[in-house]
Amino acid sequence: MARERRIRGGLEARERRLALLMLAPAFTIVFLVVLFPVLANFWISLKEVRLGDLRAPTAVLRERVVSEPEEPGDHFVLNYLLRNSSPRGPITNVRIDATLPPGLEPVAIDERCRVEAGALSCDLGRWEGGHIGRLELEFLAGPDFFEAQLDERSPTDAHISGRPIGVLGSLDFTLENFRHVLSGSEFWPAFWVTIVYTVGGSVFSILLGLFAAQLLNASFPGQGLLRGLFLFPYIAPVIAVAFTWAFFLDPFSGSLNLLAVEHGIFDRPISFLSQRNVDFNLFGVAFEVPLALSTVIAFEAWRYFPFAFLFILARFQAMPKDMFEAAEVDGATPFQQFRWVTLPQLVGVLSTLFLLRFIWTFNKFDDIFLLTGGAAGTETLTIRVYDYAFAQANIGAGAATAVILFIILAIFMVLYFKFVPEEA
Amino acid sequence: MQRVSSAVPARSGRGIGTGLVAAAVVGVASALTTVLVSAFLLSILTRFEPRLELGWPLLLGLALGAGIGIFRRGKNSSRAATLSLGLAAALVWLLLNALDPLELGAAGLHWSLVAAFGSMLLAAQLTRYGLRDIDLSNLRRDRLEVILLRLLRGAGFVFFLTIVIFPFYFMVVSSLKPRALYLQDPTLLSVDFGRGLSELLVGYREVLVRFDFAHYILNSTTVALATVVITLTLAILGAYAVTRLRFPGRGVLSRSILLIYMFPAIVLVVPLYSIFTQVGLRDTLYGLLIVYPATTIPVALYMLRSYFQTLPADLEEAGLIDGCTRAGVIWRITLPLSLPAIASVGLYVFMIAWNEFLFAFMFLDSPELFTLPRGMVNLNSQEVPRQFLMAGAVIVTVPVMVLFFWFERYLVGGLTAGGVKG
Repeated sequence: MARERRIRGGLEARERRLALLMLAPAFTIVFLVVLFPVLANFWISLKEVRLGDLRAPTAVLRERVVSEPEEPGDHFVLNYLLRNSSPRGPITNVRIDATLPPGLEPVAIDERCRVEAGALSCDLGRWEGGHIGRLELEFLAGPDFFEAQLDERSPTDAHISGRPIGVLGSLDFTLENFRHVLSGSEFWPAFWVTIVYTVGGSVFSILLGLFAAQLLNASFPGQGLLRGLFLFPYIAPVIAVAFTWAFFLDPFSGSLNLLAVEHGIFDRPISFLSQRNVDFNLFGVAFEVPLALSTVIAFEAWRYFPFAFLFILARFQAMPKDMFEAAEVDGATPFQQFRWVTLPQLVGVLSTLFLLRFIWTFNKFDDIFLLTGGAAGTETLTIRVYDYAFAQANIGAGAATAVILFIILAIFMVLYFKFVPEEA
Repeated sequence: MQRVSSAVPARSGRGIGTGLVAAAVVGVASALTTVLVSAFLLSILTRFEPRLELGWPLLLGLALGAGIGIFRRGKNSSRAATLSLGLAAALVWLLLNALDPLELGAAGLHWSLVAAFGSMLLAAQLTRYGLRDIDLSNLRRDRLEVILLRLLRGAGFVFFLTIVIFPFYFMVVSSLKPRALYLQDPTLLSVDFGRGLSELLVGYREVLVRFDFAHYILNSTTVALATVVITLTLAILGAYAVTRLRFPGRGVLSRSILLIYMFPAIVLVVPLYSIFTQVGLRDTLYGLLIVYPATTIPVALYMLRSYFQTLPADLEEAGLIDGCTRAGVIWRITLPLSLPAIASVGLYVFMIAWNEFLFAFMFLDSPELFTLPRGMVNLNSQEVPRQFLMAGAVIVTVPVMVLFFWFERYLVGGLTAGGVKG
């Protein structure tokens, strides 16, 4: 009995070890590139970091000969010009090592430096960010000095070393980034644009997908081909289709505007991607429609309807046919069948789709960035992250925006896992 | 003409008058669609711009519909009647418009004939199809809805085919046209093959050679293929462990895999940029080869896990009992059985890596390392003709499309299995 249990225990332990071994590589890379950066984001968002601070601070040394001896007995005066390359990151354990040319006797050297057997070494300790300094060294030149060739640019072949502490590594935290982001005039408009864009993009892509799935939910020759065609917008590289849309809609050379103006549909060219609003007059009531935002939403609906289409089509094909037959016998018209038989069975897949699309559209960066660059009222939170971090070189504020984005998203993810059954 | 349904008076519908109106509506919709489509096709095929008066097609459609509604055998129309009505409509249209209904002028008579006969015969056939199996003399509400649905379906097909094909058609055509031709002919939609192949392909030659896209193709292919290999290797190992082996935390892990997939790329970009800059991985292809597998492994693992769960465990157990090692079982039993799933995951990962824009854009600075999407950014400038930009777009798009059509079956399975992101 005990022996058997021991054997089984040993097998289980081996299985556990094997499992961990097999999962380790995948887990490591995902942790390093996905989970760790998310944590790092929180860290960076609590620091005031600029793009320029990312390069590790280095200690820089330049030698300058101040006074050159003419004959033995003269003084040789040398300066070391010192600089911390980073305006903010400190460097610790800064140290200089140099080899003196032969025939030099130290006269006056800095107290932090020592000369031993023709070698000069200086311990300079810690430099704060932006440190600038100078070391003056004075030697008496003996006859040997004039024998050797002197390298004018670095007569002592000095090397400087030090351990940099990047801005990221320090332990000072601040909430300044969050204050800056939340009090900026761009945050709330960007938040609302994101919501409109996300809801609009999700709803329209799902509606289009539902319509498309209805069309192909029948067997006819060419159905497979059509299904493949319908996926085109989704599998094409975003950069190719975004540039194609932008070119097609261009107010000056785009075909749509040229055609519409020629046929008198527009009075003058409309720049769909760079005009914030357009006035509509419907039955005497004037409307203002956000034009660029609507265009971007249309792009989103166009590009992602195939995703909804595939899911809904798969659901359609899993629906039992007899329910429809029964409904038809009972005299239900096609629209009634759709309303009372089809739609209830779609609720699950439609809500899953909505949540998925909502989360992914909320995250979207490429599409808007390539179409409008965030201009004309299409600036979403993701564009703000980019704008702070890379256009304004304020990495800290970018990370803070990303953290806010991530927190909002986490709420949606919780919702998703609460409401969507595991095998949906 | 009123005919009363004798059998079930309670459910009797409207008379033949309503039926004919419905038929006429179907006819008008069919005729307008076919005429618009043929005008559009003509503007593509010929270099002439058709001018369209919708009055005649509307009247002809009305007549077509009514005619097909009248000449019926029971619930269907005969082929002969449809054909002759369509021919008659085409002739009337041609004669009333001096043989040039679309005002093509110099494009020639043959195009007019093709357009008129093509559109009217097709319209008649569509009308017949739209009215099939419907008793026009006794049109109940549900039959009326069936007709309406057929109209909607027709409109839907035209709509979706247009939005799906047109942008890509536009991309290709624009890549074959220099700027001078755009301005001369703003419809832009046709290709003049008379200019000779080498002149048509000028954009491609420039983009491939002068803008070094040939090199970027190589980079993109290398990165995408390496990503596929890395992702598949790690995901197969992981998915196997999650489905077949027992270990603490299995349940949590298997539920949280997809969660990771919802992490936004833009949130990862800032810290990765910082870290990669400090460790010197920025501006290398190795950087991408770390990021791409990491972002695709979760979904690949999820898709493979779903597939492994459908494989019977008995076979593997038999293999283990027969003295195979675990590695032997995976290599000889699990992998061969899951080849279709592996193919679809591999294709999908290839597609993501090939299309990826954001990380390539942020991380790559040296032109000799550019992937295709990164290279495209440099074409989008005022100094570069749009023709080149569109040629670049075609070059980026075509490999994915070809691959997709080749393996469409696998890919569709993969897309639905994984709840794939976009």
